[in-house]
Amino acid sequence: MTTLLHQLRFEQKVFWRSREAAVFIFIFPLLLYALLGSVYGDEIDGIPAVDVLLVGLFGYGAATTAFGGLAIMLVIRREAGILKRLRSTPLSASVYLLAVLLSTLTTFALQSVALLALGGIGFGASMPANWLGFAGAIVLGVASFAGLGFGAAALIRSAEGVSAVVNVVILPMAFLSGSFGPTSDFPAVLQAIADVLPLTYFLDIVNGVYLDGDSLFADPTALAVVIAWGVAGLLVALRRFGWMPRER
Amino acid sequence: MPSAIVVSELRKTYGRTEALRGVSFDVAEGEVFGLLGPNGAGKTTTVEILEGYRARDGGEATVLGHDPGTAPKALRERIGVVLQQSELSPLLTVRETHKLFAGYYARPRDVDEVVELVGLGEKRDARVKTLSGGQKRRLDLGVALVGNPELVFLDEPTTGFDPAARRAAWDMIRALRSLGTTILLTTHYLDEAQQLADRVAVLRNGEIVRMGTPAELIGDSGLTEIRYRRDGELVRVETTDPTRVLNELTTEALADERALEQLEVRRPTLEDVYLELVDETVDDAE
Repeated sequence: MTTLLHQLRFEQKVFWRSREAAVFIFIFPLLLYALLGSVYGDEIDGIPAVDVLLVGLFGYGAATTAFGGLAIMLVIRREAGILKRLRSTPLSASVYLLAVLLSTLTTFALQSVALLALGGIGFGASMPANWLGFAGAIVLGVASFAGLGFGAAALIRSAEGVSAVVNVVILPMAFLSGSFGPTSDFPAVLQAIADVLPLTYFLDIVNGVYLDGDSLFADPTALAVVIAWGVAGLLVALRRFGWMPRER
Repeated sequence: MPSAIVVSELRKTYGRTEALRGVSFDVAEGEVFGLLGPNGAGKTTTVEILEGYRARDGGEATVLGHDPGTAPKALRERIGVVLQQSELSPLLTVRETHKLFAGYYARPRDVDEVVELVGLGEKRDARVKTLSGGQKRRLDLGVALVGNPELVFLDEPTTGFDPAARRAAWDMIRALRSLGTTILLTTHYLDEAQQLADRVAVLRNGEIVRMGTPAELIGDSGLTEIRYRRDGELVRVETTDPTRVLNELTTEALADERALEQLEVRRPTLEDVYLELVDETVDDAE
């Protein structure tokens, strides 16, 4: 427990000192919300646009912070030999990975607060109809996308390529899943692709708890799909993740 | 004296390459043991098996009474590791990095003491990314020592150092030794092995070709080299019986009323012994 908090403290310290990560992960979703909120009209499908976009950006933020941020960090640390070095210390792998996960959750929780503040104060967006359900959705999103992040880190070989790979996945996914606006006018093919993406279902859940005041468990199918993606990522990680640099 | 490391018939294969073909040695507590050999001889493979990074394919290994293959936490508490290539978080300061690692151990050394010990006192609040190459290697060493280890693995600790930095590193390793720490050192620098190691094993192609104190290795060779010039051309004779060969050469020369120009008789240095040992083209026959 002491070691876990020790590691968590240092993970947060390193995160906030890294300007690239802090901008890409923390600032970018806020910036996108400010941009989209300024250009979209009053309403999307009868709901205030600033509310719909805010929900969408929570989804994009979860994918960027937990999936992207984690995959990039782990691959860079592995290829630099930082993970290898840790393996010779008494720090256990599970404590380390848990600290990394909790650090990601801390970051995303802070980002959510910042998004809420920006939406509420800057754009007059409404607040979550079900606060508890919303908090649960944030944790669920981080856990699921972190599972995918661990899986991606296991599959991506080079530190140079990881940030490109991650963005090639996240941006189209966020677009197709409706993070940046409605998808009802999209061609059927694109909607069919969106129908298997985890972010689509995660946004359904956040929509439910945030706008309609639903319970977190209101849509079991969406919940199951989001969890299944996270578990699939973890299984890949368990089979393929290594602590040693791949490219040396 | 009890052994810190016992290795017998260690084997490791990568694909079709036999990296280790039955390596055996042991390291006594408090000893500085050097693994010497050219690149690809199997030094790093041996060390990484003992550090718990790689699984062995055959043979036995015991490190501080534990099997490194299972790398138990109890073992990791007692060893310190300096890897050949590894980085530390560039965004933390020297002191923070030591503090981070100290937090992993049950009985760490005092962080500030270690920072001073490795000569980074003036750089304590500098971010790791601003350190020079030599300073980063000292940081590596500090981080390896902060857990107060009984046994330290140093994989080529001074590669890429300038002469002054190497001497400073040697002094640190000697200081460590005087504290009773056991050290397993790999190097491809002969002078480093000669300066630091109590005993040296020379590895070639995954096998130990010679083992002993640096003085023993030189004595072992038994070869003496005789050089002279005849009609301007250099003649080299290597012999285990220099008295007889010299007598023959001089007798012949005197009989022909000829001088042995630039006559030289020399004993081999550790470097000659080493080059002879690791050179594939030279026969093993003595």
